[in-house]
Amino acid sequence: MIFGFPLLSVAIWLPIIFGLLVLATGNDRNASLARVIALIGSILGFLVTIPLYVGFDKMTSAMQFVELRDWITHFNIRYHLGVDGISVLFIILNSFFTPLVVIAGWKVIEKRVAQYLAAFLIMSGLINGVFASLDAILFYVFWEAMLIPMFIIIGIWGGANRVYAAVKFFLYTFLGSVLMLIALLYLYNQSGGSFSILDYHQMPIPMTAQILVFIAFFMAFAVKVPMFPVHTWLPDAHVEAPTGGSVVLAAIMLKVGAYGFIRFSMPITPDASHYLAGMMIALSLIAVVYISLVALAQTDMKKLVAYSSISHMGFVTMGFFIFNAYGMEGALVQMISHGFISGALFLCIGVLYDRMHTRNIADYGGVANKMPVFAAFFILFAMANVGLPGTSGFVGEFMVIMGAVKVNFWYAFAAASILILGAAYTLWMVKRVIFGAVINHHVEQLTDITLREKLIFFILALAVLFMGLYPLPFTEIMHTSVNDLLVHIARSKL
Amino acid sequence: MSYLSTLSSAYAEIFLLVMASSILIVDLFVTSPNKTLTYILVQLTLLGCALITVMTHEPVVVHLFNNMFVDDLMSDVLKLFSYLTISMVLVYSRSYLILRGLFTGEFMVLTLFALLGMMVMISATHFLTLYMGLELLSLSLYAMVALQRDSATATEAAMKYFILGALASGLLLYGMSMLYGATGTLEVAAISDAITQGVENKALLVFGLVFVVAGLAFKLGAVPFHMWVPDVYHGAPTAVTMLIGSAPKLAAFAFVMRILVEGLQPLVMHWSGMLVILAILSMAVGNITAIAQTNLKRMLAYSTIAHVGFLLLGILSGGIDGYSSAMFYVVIYVLMTLGGFGMIMLLSREGFEADKLDDFKGLNQRSPWLAFMMLILMFSMAGVPPTAGFYAKFSVLQAVVNAGHIPLAVMAVIFSLIGAFYYLRIVKLMYFDAPESHVPIAIQPDSGLLISINGLAVLALGIMPGTLITVCAVAIQKSLLLN
Repeated sequence: MIFGFPLLSVAIWLPIIFGLLVLATGNDRNASLARVIALIGSILGFLVTIPLYVGFDKMTSAMQFVELRDWITHFNIRYHLGVDGISVLFIILNSFFTPLVVIAGWKVIEKRVAQYLAAFLIMSGLINGVFASLDAILFYVFWEAMLIPMFIIIGIWGGANRVYAAVKFFLYTFLGSVLMLIALLYLYNQSGGSFSILDYHQMPIPMTAQILVFIAFFMAFAVKVPMFPVHTWLPDAHVEAPTGGSVVLAAIMLKVGAYGFIRFSMPITPDASHYLAGMMIALSLIAVVYISLVALAQTDMKKLVAYSSISHMGFVTMGFFIFNAYGMEGALVQMISHGFISGALFLCIGVLYDRMHTRNIADYGGVANKMPVFAAFFILFAMANVGLPGTSGFVGEFMVIMGAVKVNFWYAFAAASILILGAAYTLWMVKRVIFGAVINHHVEQLTDITLREKLIFFILALAVLFMGLYPLPFTEIMHTSVNDLLVHIARSKL
Repeated sequence: MSYLSTLSSAYAEIFLLVMASSILIVDLFVTSPNKTLTYILVQLTLLGCALITVMTHEPVVVHLFNNMFVDDLMSDVLKLFSYLTISMVLVYSRSYLILRGLFTGEFMVLTLFALLGMMVMISATHFLTLYMGLELLSLSLYAMVALQRDSATATEAAMKYFILGALASGLLLYGMSMLYGATGTLEVAAISDAITQGVENKALLVFGLVFVVAGLAFKLGAVPFHMWVPDVYHGAPTAVTMLIGSAPKLAAFAFVMRILVEGLQPLVMHWSGMLVILAILSMAVGNITAIAQTNLKRMLAYSTIAHVGFLLLGILSGGIDGYSSAMFYVVIYVLMTLGGFGMIMLLSREGFEADKLDDFKGLNQRSPWLAFMMLILMFSMAGVPPTAGFYAKFSVLQAVVNAGHIPLAVMAVIFSLIGAFYYLRIVKLMYFDAPESHVPIAIQPDSGLLISINGLAVLALGIMPGTLITVCAVAIQKSLLLN
């Protein structure tokens, strides 16, 4: 807290309250009012997270901006919030994306506008809650609650097969989380009645129990990341979700799963993490290589970027489970950078989709002739996705590969294939969509992006380039926390 | 001190009996077809009962009528919830029943007698009073199911309910008589003592236990004794279904607590094993069969069966945690059930029952607010936070894990996952599908307000469940002599 001002609570509840306000504007007659309120709410929501960065003490790995209140005394569940150098970045990233999503849906969404915007604002608050919670049940409540708005977003404003995708998304992620709940209850009993995540970090746990708890957490987080082989919901959800939904899904929600690994799995069950690291790395590498190949075969742009996300997230989980500072910081940088890049790519596809109502690569060709400004942005983000030096994509991948070399050359070798495969599928898509001659009259009629769209892309391009050229502001804030986390994980808890 | 003043703990029951009998007579002179006066009197009676229960509360456990009747905190809390539930049932069903010509004096008086039966069940500590309360409740409900005389399905439902209910009562009585044979007493506490001191004929005792558990399972609707539940829920008028599905579960919880936990605690080894089987089967059959239903009332019937499985999990985990979690669960369950059936009645109109799943298609476009309330109720039944249903499941699971039954907890969550599918389907129908009919929804102000309060209460209890959890825990702690 700064001057007794509960910043984290505000970051969580302000978007939710604005979401309810938006909901209260009623039906589509007041759509423009709903949009304005949502924009104000999302921008305010972002502004209140800036003091989190400015006021953050980089020298300590202890939790900061802590808020602690009793909540459900019977079970000793507390309203316990706090951030360290890792989670603070994701709160800012999440709040940064909310206004962009609101602006992106400004013209496009015409039916049930208030509900659409409210769902995003409420979800934004809930996701901030996930990153800020230090109480396991509080975390769980936010974690589950954020499924509800996403379920509705996909189901109402999604594509043709949206119901299937929405239900699949919900049940898949729900399956993972209920097992996590059992693990949390086990830990609660073992710790003598505490739901504090920080207590769990210090608590000794026997090996068998550690492995079981790790697996329960794995079910929850791996589904969210998503890791191979529980990734199959993601392409469906992405393809069917509206643009805003895809952006939040790729940019933020996947990060929640990866965040779970570093907040729960690794510090609570370090011995099991070491024991099962081989499996985790193997699954990550399968994601990197195999899913990249799958991406190469896609004919739908959104599906291609969705598979690209899975493959990049494989990089992240590998970075975690090689247990060194390069790997972990690289993975975290990769998470943030992937947030910018995948969000931007989905917005790009959204721009095309709004004009052409198709996501098929084959329906495009020669877009650069008609939409030069858009093409420039699209190529920039595609290059970032490939990991071109100077863009944010490069920093994380380079660090993770460097970390991997230290552990095992072949890990690094396999991981580095993402540079080639990623370039292959991304650039091939760019070639087919952007370059070449105009092949049909639909493309002929395309108009270039509007000022509103330019603004969004400009902000994201700035973020991608800034992070690529000067990553220090991102790494220095996480540095202490990462180092202490690694020291903590290295200690046995048997 | 006069004899009457020693009965203060039973004043609420006495008051209710007097009022129910008087209302029966007063109703003869109420000529208005809507029976407004009767309705107001009934609501005032419920309010009076609540006041009496609060005012006659004693900080200690009071036994009355030669230990046949007890007044403890658990019974007071459960009774207060019962009054509230019955009152809500009446508000929800008034306009629904008026449209169908069923809002008669008999309906309300039978409701009061059913409530009296529940109160006796809740406070009984003797097999005779337990049985008497149960029969008073059941007989009233049988009659209410058959209230719609010219409906074939209602008559069939009443018949099934009556025959299977009588069978269950028979099983229960048979079991009680065996327990009497083995221990020589019908008093719950004395039975517990007798078993602790050693019983000669152990086989008779266990046999008796089996019959009692079977009888209880029948009444609760636990698998494999659940066959009557879907048919009765489906066939009865929705208002009666709501009554059957709500308040009697509070009484049934007390009933199970009195017999199994207070009376047969020394046999816990035996009955907890039986409850494990009942619980798993109930969750499995309830959740899986509910997926195949196209009628919302039937779906809620199977969902009830699944919820009963969860309730049994809480009870078999034992200890203050287990019992209080089961109590919390049952209270939340009742609140959600009221909302669910209330929504069906709210969407129904003259000559139209909104009890098909398809009737909920596109509700979000017809009435976003009602759809939102139903969304909360459905996610709560599925156990998704931040709704009350999550904490109900959470506290039961906590007790189960605490008792060391982790595999049981895993099974429970897997079945809830399966259950989530059919609750989600309702949300899907409301939000993702286009409406089939565009008839405007005529919401009565009283039931419309109540459904909002009900839905928001489920949400509010999901955000701030602490007080209710503590109330349940204290009630159990103060009432049961657990060692």
